[in-house]
Formats: sequence, structure tokens, C-alpha cells
Amino acid sequence: MAQARSNRPLSPHLQIWRWGPAMLVSILHRVTGNGLAFVGLGLLLWWIGAIASGAAAYQTFLDWVWLGTDGGLQVVTALLGKIVLVGLTWAFFQHMASGLRHFVLDIGAGYELDANARWSWFTILFGVTATAVFWAFVLLR
Amino acid sequence: MGNGTSIGRVRGLGSSHHGSHHWLAQRLSAVGNLILIPFLMISLALMPGHDYATVHAWAAKPLPSIALILIMINTFWHARMGVQIMLEDYVHENGGKIAAWLLVNILPFAGAAYGILSVIRIALGGA
Repeated sequence: MAQARSNRPLSPHLQIWRWGPAMLVSILHRVTGNGLAFVGLGLLLWWIGAIASGAAAYQTFLDWVWLGTDGGLQVVTALLGKIVLVGLTWAFFQHMASGLRHFVLDIGAGYELDANARWSWFTILFGVTATAVFWAFVLLR
Repeated sequence: MGNGTSIGRVRGLGSSHHGSHHWLAQRLSAVGNLILIPFLMISLALMPGHDYATVHAWAAKPLPSIALILIMINTFWHARMGVQIMLEDYVHENGGKIAAWLLVNILPFAGAAYGILSVIRIALGGA
């Protein structure tokens, strides 16, 4: 058996399959969901805990995540914080759109190849567009 | 879903004996998030500023504080189920499974409890 196994491929994985939009959206759904779960909820707890703890704790949160007031390392984390917040916004919109796609698939619709690929691309387009619109509104108003 | 006898199919429990409950709960909590998270994002986007006084005053109001508590329950519930599925797919050896089981059954509850307590402190703690 060992001999038979030696030169044979293991179960096919990402590098074997030809990439398609449905595969990409499925992977993005998992990645964004777990990113939101660990990074998003972690940041949410820091934020709400800081508000509950008072003005000084909330200022610390703002300084590290957005403002970088004290210079040094905070400049780096504030830049990272902005990237992470924009990333989380995108992750939410992508996860929401692909989640809604799951609802459509759950009722048995959208499995035809053309429709499936079209709506897969649409979730990606929606995720990027909604993120851009959201941050444009927040920063430019 | 059971694919043996017809009564097995009706009960819908299948080999895990949990039936479709996990699957349905994931969808149910998704609908909750679909309302709660846009509420949070729109509220944050429409705020006149994000200084302590403004954000604290907003979070202390009844509707936002109820929404925030529901967010703590619903997002951690939804995230717990999603992370559980992810770990079931990728963690296969016994030690890792025990670690994953502890992670999925302790961390979300601890996080949600901390979040809910924080909202209560904001809502009832005065200015």
C-alpha cells in the first residue's frame, strides 16, 4: 500500500482546481466571516469596554486605533488601525452579500452556471462598492 | 437530514442527532445581524463627532443600548457557529479538537458577557 501511495496525489486542494467566481466567493465568505469573528469582535469589545471605562480609556482606544497622537509606535498602529477598520467594513459588506447569496441558494435558486457566476461576481462588486461609498460618506461629509 | 426510514426523515435528526438546528440557527442569527450591524454602522456614520461625550451619550440611549446588547448576543452566537464549522473542517487531531472545543464554548460567552456588561455600565452608569 505504501508503494501504491508514494507517487499518487493527495486529495485535490486549492492549487488543483481551476478558479471560478463561486469558489472565490465561498472562500471569501469563510475568510471574511472568521476575520470579523476574531478581529472585528475583538475590536468591538475594546471599543465598548473603553467607552464604559471612561474618557481616558476611550482616548487610549482612539489614539492607538486611529489618531496616533503620542507618536512612535502609535503612528504605526494608527495606520494599521485604519487599514483594519476599512478591511473590516469590506469584510462585513462582502460577508453580507455572500450571505444573502446563500439565502438565495438555500431556496434552490441560482445554481445555473451563468446565474451562479453572475451573482458571485455581484457580491464582490457590492462588497468593494459599498465599502467605498461608506468611507466616502464618513470621511467627506 | 435522515435518509433512512420515512420517520427518520421527518424527525430530521441524521447521524449527528442534531438535525438542522445548527444550520437554521446560523441563518436566523444572520438575519439578526442583517438588521443590527447596519444599524450600528449607520449610527456611527451619522454621528456629529466621535469624541467620548458624543459616543457615550449615544450608547447610553435606550434604543442604541438595546441594539448594542443584542449585537453582543447575536454576533457572538453567529460567530461561534461559523468558527465552529471552520474548526471542524480544519482541525483533525485529538488535542486540537479539545482546544477547539474549549475555544468555541468558552470564548464567545466570555466576550459577549464582557460586551453586555460594558453596555449596561454605559446605560446605567450616568454621565
